[in-house]
Amino acid sequence: MYQYDHYDQQLVDERVAQFRDQTRRYLAGELSEDEFLVLRLQNGVYIQRHAPMLRVSIPYGLLSSAQLRTLAHIARTYDKGYGHFSTRQNIQYNWPPLESIPDILADLAKVEMHGIQTSGNCIRNVTSDQFAGVAEDEVEDPRPYCELIRQWATLHPEFAYLPRKFKIAVTGSARDRAATQVHDIGLQLQRNAAGELGVRVLVGGGLGRTPIIGEVIREFLPERDILSYLDAILRVYNLRGRRDNMYKARIKILVKAMGAEAFAEAVEKEWQHTRNDPALQLADEDIARFKAHFPRPEYRTDVDTAAVDPLLDGNEAFKRWYTRNTVSHRQPGYRAVVVSLKSPAQAPGDATDAQMDAVAKLADRFSFGEARVTHQQNLVLADVAVDELEALWRDLDARDLATPNVGTLGDMICCPGLDFCSLANAGSIDVASDINRRFDDLDYLYDLGELRVNLSGCMNGCGHHSVGHIGILGVDKKGEEFYQITLGGSSANDASLGDRLGPAVSKDKVADTMETIIHTYTELREGEESFLETYRRVGVKPFKERAYA
Amino acid sequence: MPNLIRNRALVNDDPWLHLDDDDAVPTSGDVTVSWQRWQTEKGEIGALNGRLGVRLDGDFPIEELDTLLGLPLIVVHFPAFKDGRCYSHARLLRTRHDYDGEIRATGDVLRDQIAYMERCGINAFEIRKDRAAEEALKAFDEFSVDYQGRSNRAFPLQARRD
Ligand code: HEM
Ligand code: SF4
Repeated sequence: MYQYDHYDQQLVDERVAQFRDQTRRYLAGELSEDEFLVLRLQNGVYIQRHAPMLRVSIPYGLLSSAQLRTLAHIARTYDKGYGHFSTRQNIQYNWPPLESIPDILADLAKVEMHGIQTSGNCIRNVTSDQFAGVAEDEVEDPRPYCELIRQWATLHPEFAYLPRKFKIAVTGSARDRAATQVHDIGLQLQRNAAGELGVRVLVGGGLGRTPIIGEVIREFLPERDILSYLDAILRVYNLRGRRDNMYKARIKILVKAMGAEAFAEAVEKEWQHTRNDPALQLADEDIARFKAHFPRPEYRTDVDTAAVDPLLDGNEAFKRWYTRNTVSHRQPGYRAVVVSLKSPAQAPGDATDAQMDAVAKLADRFSFGEARVTHQQNLVLADVAVDELEALWRDLDARDLATPNVGTLGDMICCPGLDFCSLANAGSIDVASDINRRFDDLDYLYDLGELRVNLSGCMNGCGHHSVGHIGILGVDKKGEEFYQITLGGSSANDASLGDRLGPAVSKDKVADTMETIIHTYTELREGEESFLETYRRVGVKPFKERAYA
Repeated sequence: MPNLIRNRALVNDDPWLHLDDDDAVPTSGDVTVSWQRWQTEKGEIGALNGRLGVRLDGDFPIEELDTLLGLPLIVVHFPAFKDGRCYSHARLLRTRHDYDGEIRATGDVLRDQIAYMERCGINAFEIRKDRAAEEALKAFDEFSVDYQGRSNRAFPLQARRD
C-alpha cells in the first residue's frame, strides 16, 4: 500500500501542531465557536449528542495492520472501547474528549493517518472498491489513482471552502462496488477502443435529502488528464454552486439547474485552459510511480487448492461462512474474506478494540498485513490462501467476526442514528437489532438471497437508505420515531432510487412490515429472481397493498 | 493599529483608500472602487492624480479577469470566510493571467485562512478589525510543505519531488 515519504509525514505532523494550537486558542477563548467549528470540522471533529465525535480518514478504505492496531489503541485509550466503521470507509469515535483530540491526532500521525478533510465543505476521503487489486472483473487497480487524487485534494488551497462537502469515488471494475453513481464525482476506469486507459466521468450524484443519480459528462478521459479535469469541475462548482442555501449547495443541485450538458460544456471550457498545465498533467512516470506503491503481493505458489474441499463437506458452519463471506480472487488459490461487522450482538459497523487488534493480527498472519473497510461497513482481508481459510475462520469466529451473513438481509448498512447523532430524527441501531431478531434463521436469509437493507436516522442519508433494495428512513412525527420505507433502490451498476412504500410506520411496526415485504417477495418471485428483480418486474403496488392491508 | 499584512510583513502606511460607490473621488491619492463603479466611471476616475485599484467579489465573472491586468491593485472580497469563491479568482489571476500586481483580501480575513489565500496568490491581507495582524503572521509558518504548490510556480506532484 501507499507509504508516506518524509514529505507526506511532515505535512501531517504540521497539521497536528496546527490543530493543537487551534484547539488551545479555542479553549482560551481566542477563537469564536463559529470559527473553530470550521477548523475542527476540517480535522474530522464534530460535537454530537453526548460528546465530540472524531472521524478518522481511511483513504480508499485501505489499512495496514499497524494502522488498525492504532485505531484499536485509540478506542481503548481515549474512547469507550469501540469505533464505528462508516459507509465512507472511515472510522468514527463517539466519545473522545475535545482536549485529547490533538493527542489522538498525534498518535494517528505516527502511523500515517489523520482526520484531515473528513468533514467540512471540502473534498472528502476518496472512496473505492474494497476488492481493488484482487477482483476478477477489474480493468485496472483504482488505488494508485485514488492516492493521486488524495494528494491533490489534501489541503488544496483553492477548494477548502467549497459551497458544500464534496465526495469522490473511483472504481476500476466492471461491477461498481464503490457506488460511483451516487457521488459528487464518480470515476470509472476503463480502456477505450485503442486500449488506452482512462476514466468515464460522472458528476452530480449524491444522497441526502435530495438523492440524485449522477450523470456522465465525459465518456472517456485519458488518465493523464484526471487531475486537470477534476480541477476544472471543482472550479466551476466553487464559483457557481449555491451558497445561499445549504440544502441546495451540493454540486448535484448545480448540475440539475444547469443541465448536465451545459455543466459539461462549462467544465470543458475551463479545462481547455488547464489541460496542458504541467503542474496538473500526469506524466507516465508519475502514474508509474504511484502504481509501484501497490504491487501484487508475493503470493504463495504452493497453495493446496484441494485442501479446502473436504473441510467444506465436513463442516456446515465453515461451509456457510465460506459461501457467504469469501469472494473469488484473481490469483488462483486465493480468496478475499469479508470480516462481518454485522453480528446481531453489535451495532452494524461497530468493532471493539479487541476485535480490531484481532483483525490486525489475522491480517499479519494470513493477508500480507493489510485490511480494508467496505462501504457496507464490513472489513476485508483481501489475500487469503484457501488452505488457510479454515484456520482464519476459527479465529474470526472466536471473536464474533464470522457471522455468515454478508450480502444478506442481516448485512444491513446503518448510521449511528439517535444513539449518537444530534441530527437524528429516530433511532437506527435499535431498528436494525429488531430486524435481526425477527430474521434470525440463517437458512431463511440464504433463501432470500442478495438483499441490501439500508437504514438512516434522518434524511441526510448517511446510511444510504435511498439506494437500499429496502431502505428505512427515520422521520419524526410529532416527537415520535417513525420510519419511511422505500423499495427498489440500488447503488450498483443498475443504480436507482427507492420508491416509497406508503405512509411511514411506527417503530414497533418496522419488523412486521419488513416481514410482510419479504413474504410478498417470496410469493411473487419467479425462479431464481432476486428481491430487486422481482420488485422491478412487479412494482410497488403488491407490496403496498399487503403492507397496509 | 495597522491591520494590513503585505508580503508577510505588517504595513503601517497603506496609501490605499477604499471608496464606496457614492463617495466623491478625491483629487489625489490612491483609491480603489468597486468593479461596477470602475466599469462606468473608469474614464473620469482615471484622471485622478494617484493610482487606481478595483474591488471584486465572488460574483465577478472569471472571463473578465483579463480586463483588470493593468491595475496595480486588485482587491478580492470575502463577505464571510466560508465563501471560498475568490480563492479561484486569485489563483487564476496569478496562473492564467500572470498578474503580478498586488492582490489584497478584505472582509472576513482571519488567521486560519490566510495561508490558503497566500497559496492562491493573494499577497496582502486586511485582517478583520477585531483581530491582531501580528498574531495572524504566524499562520504563514504553519506548513512548510504542500501538494499543490504556490500559484506562481508549478509545483511537482509526488512523483516529481525528491
Ligand atoms: C454522527 C455524525 C454525523 C453527522 C452529523 C452527519 C451529517 C451528515 C449530513 C448533514 C449529511 C447530508 C449532506 C447533504 O445532504 O448535503 C450527511 C450525508 C452523508 N453521510 Fe453523514 N453524518 C454523520 C455520520 C455519518 C456516518 C456514521 C456515516 C457512515 C455510516 C456517514 C456517511 C454519510 C453519507 C454516505 C452521506 C451521503 C452522502 C451524500 O449526500 O451524497 N455519515 N451526513
Ligand atoms: S443519517 Fe441523519 S441520523 Fe444518521 S448519522 Fe446521518 S445525520 Fe445522523
